[in-house]
Amino acid sequence: MKVIEQSVVQEKINQLANQAVYVHLETTNGAYASHFDEKAYNVGAFIRNAQVTYQHGKIVSTGGSYRVGLKLELGWVYAEGVTDYEIDDLGRLLLAGHDREGRLMVALEISKSPFSHEAELHE
Amino acid sequence: MSKQHVVVIFPHPDDESFGASGTISKFRAEGIPVTYLCGTLGEMGRNMGNPVFANRETLSSFRKKELTEAAKQLDIDVELLGYRDKTLEFEPREEVADYLQQKIEALQASLVITHYPGYAVHPDHDALGAAVVAAVEKIDRESRPEIWMHAISNQHEDDLGKPDIIFDIAPYWEQKLAAISAHLSQADGMMSLIEIHDKKHEQTERLKMERFYKWTFS
Repeated sequence: MKVIEQSVVQEKINQLANQAVYVHLETTNGAYASHFDEKAYNVGAFIRNAQVTYQHGKIVSTGGSYRVGLKLELGWVYAEGVTDYEIDDLGRLLLAGHDREGRLMVALEISKSPFSHEAELHE
Repeated sequence: MSKQHVVVIFPHPDDESFGASGTISKFRAEGIPVTYLCGTLGEMGRNMGNPVFANRETLSSFRKKELTEAAKQLDIDVELLGYRDKTLEFEPREEVADYLQQKIEALQASLVITHYPGYAVHPDHDALGAAVVAAVEKIDRESRPEIWMHAISNQHEDDLGKPDIIFDIAPYWEQKLAAISAHLSQADGMMSLIEIHDKKHEQTERLKMERFYKWTFS
């Protein structure tokens, strides 16, 4: 992944609009958060292969990281804190935010075909 | 049990290295075969390498390769159970137990090493440990393998008391380090702790002693 180039990501978001796409949306502070710090809470959410069609989407800079919102006919998909992006060889838009140690904090991914993990594709 | 075969059952590539690689090395040094049944590919891990080299979609490939390398370092066989990281607790317990029973019987395990359900912090650890208990319980008493369990929650000794088995794995420290190092995407934080701090550091000390509770069927 590389540091987000806002115009490149915006262009890819535009390309994927108005068609059925699959979304992976995830945020987590890890399964060990309250193990290492008893004052911390374990929180996380993830949805994989939700099929949506968004009318338009926008990436907004917050200085250092980005927010991305996709407007659906009846709702929204939204992610905050994304810093890095990749358009992979399957044409999928992968967005992620990492902490200082390189751990994933948030991910938003959009694909024309359902997501399967790379290791499965090679089997 | 006439023939010995140790079967290690944990959900994530690297659980075997952090939790039991010294013990595994001890068994291997005694010529006892060890098979690791690895529940998932750790595809939902948060560690992406430091600096970041994996993404959510490629992480599974890295972790699969890392597991193969760790297995080579530890001289053990690996079988993948094919579940999804962070979803094991949502699988039907009975189905997982049936699958594990079949694997445990096929390998003729004399000893199974897994996590202590309820004291293993990560929901995948707890769920797989519980499924192992259910699986072994289905096996006839006379052919049941022993179960050793790894408890890691902060307060586990309050409930469980002292572990039944404590191995000082210092003689196998090099193997353990090599196995942990093989898990490049996950191990970075732990390795820098080991390198930065001297040998008295708590984390390092904890890694040098491997502790297990024996499960007793009522």
